[in-house]
Amino acid sequence: MMIEYQNIFTRVQVHGPDDLGVPLKPGSWPREKGITTNWLLGVIGDAQLGPIYLGGLGIMSLLCGFIAIEIIGLNMLASVNWNPIQFVRQLFWLGLEPPPAKYGLGLAPLREGGWWQMAGFFLTASILLWWLRTYRRARALGMGTHIAWAFAAAIWLYLVLGFIRPLLMGNFSEAVPFGIFPHLDWTAAFSIRYGNLFYNPFHMLSIAFLYGSALLFAMHGATILSVSRLGGEREIEQIIDRGTASERAALFWRWTMGFNATMESIHRWAWWFAVLCPLVGGIGILLTGTVVDNWYLWAVKHHVAPMYPFDLTAPIADPAAAQ
Amino acid sequence: MKLSATTLTASLLVSVIGILLVIPMMLQWERPPMESAQWGFRGTGMEHTVNPRLAAKVKAANPLPTPDDPVPNDGVLVKDDKENYKNVQVLGDLDTAQFNRLMGAITLWVAPQEGDNAGCAYCHNVENMASDEVYTKVVARRMLQMTRTINSTYKTHVAGTGVTCYTCHRGQPVPANIWYTNPGPRQAGGMAASRDGQNLAGQPVPAFASLPYDPFTPLISKPGEAIRVQATTALPGNTGSDFKKTETTYALMMHMSTALGVNCTFCHNSRAFSNWEQSRPQRVTAWHGIQMVRDINANYISSLSGVFPANRKGPMGDVYKTNCATCHNGVNKPLYGFSMAKSYPELSVPNP
Repeated sequence: MMIEYQNIFTRVQVHGPDDLGVPLKPGSWPREKGITTNWLLGVIGDAQLGPIYLGGLGIMSLLCGFIAIEIIGLNMLASVNWNPIQFVRQLFWLGLEPPPAKYGLGLAPLREGGWWQMAGFFLTASILLWWLRTYRRARALGMGTHIAWAFAAAIWLYLVLGFIRPLLMGNFSEAVPFGIFPHLDWTAAFSIRYGNLFYNPFHMLSIAFLYGSALLFAMHGATILSVSRLGGEREIEQIIDRGTASERAALFWRWTMGFNATMESIHRWAWWFAVLCPLVGGIGILLTGTVVDNWYLWAVKHHVAPMYPFDLTAPIADPAAAQ
Repeated sequence: MKLSATTLTASLLVSVIGILLVIPMMLQWERPPMESAQWGFRGTGMEHTVNPRLAAKVKAANPLPTPDDPVPNDGVLVKDDKENYKNVQVLGDLDTAQFNRLMGAITLWVAPQEGDNAGCAYCHNVENMASDEVYTKVVARRMLQMTRTINSTYKTHVAGTGVTCYTCHRGQPVPANIWYTNPGPRQAGGMAASRDGQNLAGQPVPAFASLPYDPFTPLISKPGEAIRVQATTALPGNTGSDFKKTETTYALMMHMSTALGVNCTFCHNSRAFSNWEQSRPQRVTAWHGIQMVRDINANYISSLSGVFPANRKGPMGDVYKTNCATCHNGVNKPLYGFSMAKSYPELSVPNP
């Protein structure tokens, strides 16, 4: 019995009639009718696929997203002279660069960043429309809007990187390029240019929330799985009607660390840790270049960066200063 | 629910494709053990990591040359023997015995191959050794002046070790590691976005990153502005560079790292790349190396633009130039610090 709950895959799939969900409010678009079940999906989640709700916002969002991906993809293809083989081979390296510094915040020619601006506009429109969709769908189901606000935290970081910070810097050349490795190389170069992002306290906080999220997720997931043979997977019911699973899980943590979260509060912990990760990260990016130009020097100034005894026989000086 | 044959096949297929994708990736990896040395205060990451198996390959690719035995002087200077030595513009002050020893050495260093246009004939019209009609002789003359400049005025970089033709040429008329302005493969024109000199796969210069693939043209083709990018003040004061330049400098640093077979911490304390006080002394040597390469690229090599034929030029019409790899060839001290120049002191005197 126990082994059923310790496997990461669902071992038993129960099938009933298709679940169409709660009734919609009058005036809503109808849900898509298509419902299927899929065994492989059932292994990792619910075997039922659908009904999907597309709606006006969904269609608009997908359309804008499609346009953005097309602009990025076709420009990547153009960068290898329309060669489909090279496009596939080099895909992770290809990119679409923001305008060079000389164009500031103005509209750049298509060849020099104009396409980047256009792709950025449509991608942002797509993401914001999708956000509205998560908000509206949650409301339609009578849910809270926690998911939408968590998503908004990620959108905040995205907007800071691609729009708000460049706006404050007065230059779109400060923004992130599109592309897998191009945006990663940008990240490394960004840290180097601004004197090592590890000395940015908001970056530190962001990392703490990132790792903290992983830790909380592991602790919570493990706790619930470990008491699911006692009914622990019905954790939401146990918020108001605590059973033996809940009591054992709580006692386990009190035994091991003296304190336990509750069936409800653990989800607030998780939500806040996850949301604060991009939220404080975005603040750290926003301050970089606008308020602080070299984080290492800032950290020295404020006694954050310790000085080490460097084991150099003769300390060196800037040779350019000697000339 | 029962496991159907279709699902089973699908899962197997996914697994097989996954494994096939992972195996080529794993073949790129280097197996342990690595050798690691601590070069700075504990916990600061000032470490040097070497793969001893790769280091052995690099060593095999950098065989140490044997200098020719010294020869006694003839007692006659080249410039005084006008009958046998004409049109000797650089080495006139040499004893004729040393001159001939050097000419023999240069042949072995640069063009030892057999054939009509190799050996002495690679640079000389063997019917008339004094003639400048073979372009390589004009180049060789300028290269001798360059070698003397490097050995006499760039001791900050080459120290007492110095360089000879062999340091770069290694028995090849064109050194293995050279560069020219690289426009990259053709890209679509018109309204299509320019890739701005970056974002290509398989580029060894930026160590296969998507960084700019030609940092040399803006940064080391001629004496010029500093390559520094970091702000020198904590708060904004317009002391840092723009973003594209940061990526270009980054690419140049990746080239230096590859060319010398070292990582960032060979020179820098990576917690503050721009800070000199926490850097290793090697960074000063490297700084002078950058100045040296800019000088020789502009004043000794590009000045020969009119001399080199088209097959010794890049697609943009500029001549083959030097970077860190030209001499270093994967080793932090070229030829592991072996000083060939000591056996040829005539290469280390200042140009008149």
